[in-house]
Amino acid sequence: MSEEPRDWTRGAEGIAFQRCSGCGHAWYFRRSFCPACGAPEPRAVQASGAGRVHAVTEVARAPSEALRARAPYCIALVDADEGFRLMAHVERGTHIGDRVQARFLEFGGRPVPVFFKANP
Amino acid sequence: MSEAAQAALLDARLERGQVDGLLTGYSTTFPHLMLATVFAEHFGLRPAYAHALQVGGATGFAMVMLAHLLVDSGAAQRVLVVAGENRLTGQSRDAAVQVLAQVGHPEYEVPLGATIPAYYGLVASRWIYERALDAGSRAPDDADSLHWQRELAELAVLMRRHAAGHPGAQFREPIGLEDVMASKAVASPLKLLDCCPVSDGAAAFVVSRSRGDGHAVRIAGTGQAHTHQHISAAPSLVRYGAAESMARAAAAAGFGPRHCRYAAVYDSFTITLAILLEELGLAPAGEAGRCAREGEFSAGGRLPLNTHGGLLSYGHCGVGGAMAHLAEAHLQLTGRAGERQCGQPERAVLHGDGGVLSSHVSLLLAREG
Repeated sequence: MSEEPRDWTRGAEGIAFQRCSGCGHAWYFRRSFCPACGAPEPRAVQASGAGRVHAVTEVARAPSEALRARAPYCIALVDADEGFRLMAHVERGTHIGDRVQARFLEFGGRPVPVFFKANP
Repeated sequence: MSEAAQAALLDARLERGQVDGLLTGYSTTFPHLMLATVFAEHFGLRPAYAHALQVGGATGFAMVMLAHLLVDSGAAQRVLVVAGENRLTGQSRDAAVQVLAQVGHPEYEVPLGATIPAYYGLVASRWIYERALDAGSRAPDDADSLHWQRELAELAVLMRRHAAGHPGAQFREPIGLEDVMASKAVASPLKLLDCCPVSDGAAAFVVSRSRGDGHAVRIAGTGQAHTHQHISAAPSLVRYGAAESMARAAAAAGFGPRHCRYAAVYDSFTITLAILLEELGLAPAGEAGRCAREGEFSAGGRLPLNTHGGLLSYGHCGVGGAMAHLAEAHLQLTGRAGERQCGQPERAVLHGDGGVLSSHVSLLLAREG
């Protein structure tokens, strides 16, 4: 067995996704079966962190007092090269269609993926 | 809730004892495992059928759909549908914002500091991008964005103009396009006046198997579609489940949205309204703003829309918010909307969504012969 991929939602610097050994479907939210075909024991895979911006917003009003000092910050939906979509932070000035690469920065006391424009 | 329920019973000319079914929504300020029976006990009902239901913003119309199916099946004769809460005065604004942010994924979205306006900001950014491409832009830029933001702003201006005619609306002072554009940034491209307020309120209806003595409209068709919960998992940011939901309602009704002369469409944000109007075929793609500007959605226009002012200006009290759309449609179909009355519409199209365009419910109503 290979070791578990690093996963920012578990405090490590990495983006993990899952892929079905049966039908090949790739998805982001962790679960113990494939949501497309129902096959058990999906593979957990480490994403490369490379992708393309699908949608982006700059949040001016944070949801809590703790995060207020961090506003404004930009949130995007990014289409990962591996074929799944995820929500993450992006550097300011990023546009839809931009190629991006993930790094990890502290936000709200944990590492979160922040995508930066990739060198063309 | 009791006031709204009492008003609905009066309007339907019914006594408490004649109601044998009860559906309620949820309340963020008064969460309870059994809200329907809490209300039944408080209001003085002993229904044969009762429970609460929750589908976010689509809850009001989903309750009406279920009540319709219940009376159609004979499981109940008269179902009281009621919801309301003091969402504005019953909690702090931060508490309201945080509770609503839980519509997002607790592990994959909420920790990023995402809010409901942020989810809709993402949706709006993609809508603008697609519309700019449609209009011939090769690489949509800030000028394109501003153009389409102004198109969205038209819908906020229209809702405010309509709200001015309703004494119960939360915001009635007129606003112009520049007011919307200059309002405080919330989650780009959405600004404060692109967003509905947090409000207090309630609404109620009675759905009956047979027509009674009160003012009545006929539920001709109902439908739903559910495509995702979290925006990260939405199958598309271009097409949501609205058309699919409405097609089911139209199949049941034998007529569709284009046969309707009144529309009530969910407008939690200007972008919600634009996307739903387009996907339901009530406005051509990219032209919801133009339709609003040119009066097509006004009282004398082709398809009067949310003449009470919608969530954007009448207000959004949670489950009762979209129910106000139905209350206004009911008044329009029964010719009782006073100065807001739009001729004598025979049919009305209603559509609500919950989550982030996740859950869709469509209703097609007809005037009783």
